[in-house]
Amino acid sequence: MDLLNAIVLFSNFVVLPGLAYGSQLALGALGVTLVFGILRFANFAHGDMMAFGTMVTILVTWWLQSAGIGLGVLPTALLALPFGIAFAALFALATDRLVYRYYRKVRASPGVFVMASIGVMFIMNGIVRLVIGPEDQRFGDGERFIIRAREFREITGLDEGLAIRTSQALTIVLAIILVAALFWFLQKTKTGTSMRAFSDNANLALLSGIDPERVVRITWLIAAALATIAGALYGLDKSFKPFTYFQLLLPIFAAAIVGGIGQPVGAIVGGYIVAFSEVTITYAYKKLLAYLLPEGLEPDGLMQFLSTDYKFAVSFIILVIVLLVRPTGIFRGKVI
Amino acid sequence: MKKFLLATTFLTGMTGAVLADGHEIKAGVILGFTGPIESLTPAMADSAELAWKEASNSGALLGGKTIVPIRADSTCNDSAAATAAAERLVTSDKVVAIYGADCSGVTTAVANSVGVPNGVVMVSPSATSPALSTIEDNGYFFRTAPSDARQGQVLAEIVKGRGISEVAITFTNNDYGKGLADSFSTAFEGAGGKVLITAAHEDGKADYSAEVGALSASGAKVLVVFGYLDQGGRGIVQASLDSGAFDSFIFADGMIGQSLVDAFGEDLVGSFGTAPGGEGDGAARFLELAKAAGFDGDGPFRPESYDAAALIALAMQAAGSSDRAAIQAKMMEVANAPGEKIMAGEIGKALKILADGGDIDYVGATNVEFNDVGEVFGSYKELEVKGGKFETIKVH
Repeated sequence: MDLLNAIVLFSNFVVLPGLAYGSQLALGALGVTLVFGILRFANFAHGDMMAFGTMVTILVTWWLQSAGIGLGVLPTALLALPFGIAFAALFALATDRLVYRYYRKVRASPGVFVMASIGVMFIMNGIVRLVIGPEDQRFGDGERFIIRAREFREITGLDEGLAIRTSQALTIVLAIILVAALFWFLQKTKTGTSMRAFSDNANLALLSGIDPERVVRITWLIAAALATIAGALYGLDKSFKPFTYFQLLLPIFAAAIVGGIGQPVGAIVGGYIVAFSEVTITYAYKKLLAYLLPEGLEPDGLMQFLSTDYKFAVSFIILVIVLLVRPTGIFRGKVI
Repeated sequence: MKKFLLATTFLTGMTGAVLADGHEIKAGVILGFTGPIESLTPAMADSAELAWKEASNSGALLGGKTIVPIRADSTCNDSAAATAAAERLVTSDKVVAIYGADCSGVTTAVANSVGVPNGVVMVSPSATSPALSTIEDNGYFFRTAPSDARQGQVLAEIVKGRGISEVAITFTNNDYGKGLADSFSTAFEGAGGKVLITAAHEDGKADYSAEVGALSASGAKVLVVFGYLDQGGRGIVQASLDSGAFDSFIFADGMIGQSLVDAFGEDLVGSFGTAPGGEGDGAARFLELAKAAGFDGDGPFRPESYDAAALIALAMQAAGSSDRAAIQAKMMEVANAPGEKIMAGEIGKALKILADGGDIDYVGATNVEFNDVGEVFGSYKELEVKGGKFETIKVH
């Protein structure tokens, strides 16, 4: 019984939140990694692209809600997602046309691209705040829980409850579908193959007749779609606030670099590594150990490695360790 | 004829000016008319000026004088700006006393660098930081809002009285949250309760599940939240309910508000907390007065504002002069027993009693009674979530 309680407790506070957060990071890191693979620069505007796409999704969600259109138990935001993706994609293509294309033409160094992307980041930052404001926004509706902690306790008779939120389940399921679709696209379709070729060796790809501008456009489309979906899921699961999306940039980059930047598989693995490190290092194990250890041996302290205030420090530490020990990341990506 | 008319006009103008000069007493109003609490301050100023109007209109104030309020902006969070504004009130407008300031930080700054050095009485209606009890004020700083130290004690008694002996505490990481958490834990542990964990939370995060995980790992079943209902406090409650970590909460004033109940509904039933305020005769009378004056008196720090201003007027009457030091000397006397009890709306009556050499005990809208450092003991409402709103259970 104690073992079961311990498992449920651990799932409720570590496994499930970690899986959901990891999926959100993985989707975000996939976008960063794709842009890096094809366009060869670290896109600092990615966090704010997430915020921008999510903002459009929220506005459309509110409009749908006021019109009485909904999805029943599922959040209305899912219906609004395509609009968010479309606007984010348009915005990304417009910035590419107005900003990045010029730097490609003059063959600017990656450092210049990064600086330009920081400029784009500030512009997006400002637009999002102007349109929707800097405050918290809530847009979730539908059934909030698949199972509540209280119901779980009543059904199983255990002391600990396991709550599964719709947004968590949705995040994990959507992440699996999207990742599968992306890999199928990259491996099996002609466009995907040309993208990989372009990423491996741009000059060789040009020689074999691949249109570089088309590859770039498709990359932006995919990055915008992934960013918007990751952002909307994060917003549904937690809450939407422009500043927290800007802060997400750090764990997302940590995830992409840990896995090996430019490597889609790496982005996914990296996302889960960062998420689980954050959650497991800041979790207090006192109650868990009380279940697992024989009576009389329960710890007095909280058994917490780091206070939750240091959550962001965990991403930093991972980033520093990886860059020192294995700069290419787990899956041998490129070196920034 | 023309000359005569001109001369008379000139003369009457002159005497008018002279009369006005002698009959007007300037008093300062310093509140954050811009900044984080700009939505609260206009009604607070109205409440204070209502008390002064009542005193002036009675015709009994120092033989028929009137109090003219002069407003200045404290900004609530910029101490330099607040000090400059107060400096202007004291040196160029030559106010006899100051009603304000509002937020604890700027109030401390203004008291330390303007009010106390210049010997000008300050009465704050809303600065609640416990630190203000111990500043060196030479008796010139008063407040009609109780110190948060008191709220912690009252809340601890209520919690203990309800038979809860183990709690976890989370507080918003600033002076307000820290002060409350300290005073609550001391009082609660003094009464034999156990605080299993005390952890700060930062406002403005998207996700508080990690914080809640740590709080619940302590083994506590009840969570005390000293935060803000539109900020991290709400996030903590959300994450607690989501993960099933806690389903009963204890709140302080920062968390009391309808939007919290609206957001969580049924899940909050049975949770309780405290907020400043009484339900005496005075409170109801003040509401009527405000309504007659054309504004809503039911809001944060409005009755406290009325009382703060009333005390200034009564002190100068008791002193028989609008001299700064004379006002200070009488503040305690008019606020505390013995004497005839004075409710809100009876300022005129009080002025007459004082003029006849009588003694008064100002009760006002919030049951004012100063302790020896010049701050009110304060009364608190015990509130519980019932039927979709915070309901007052009783007044402490």
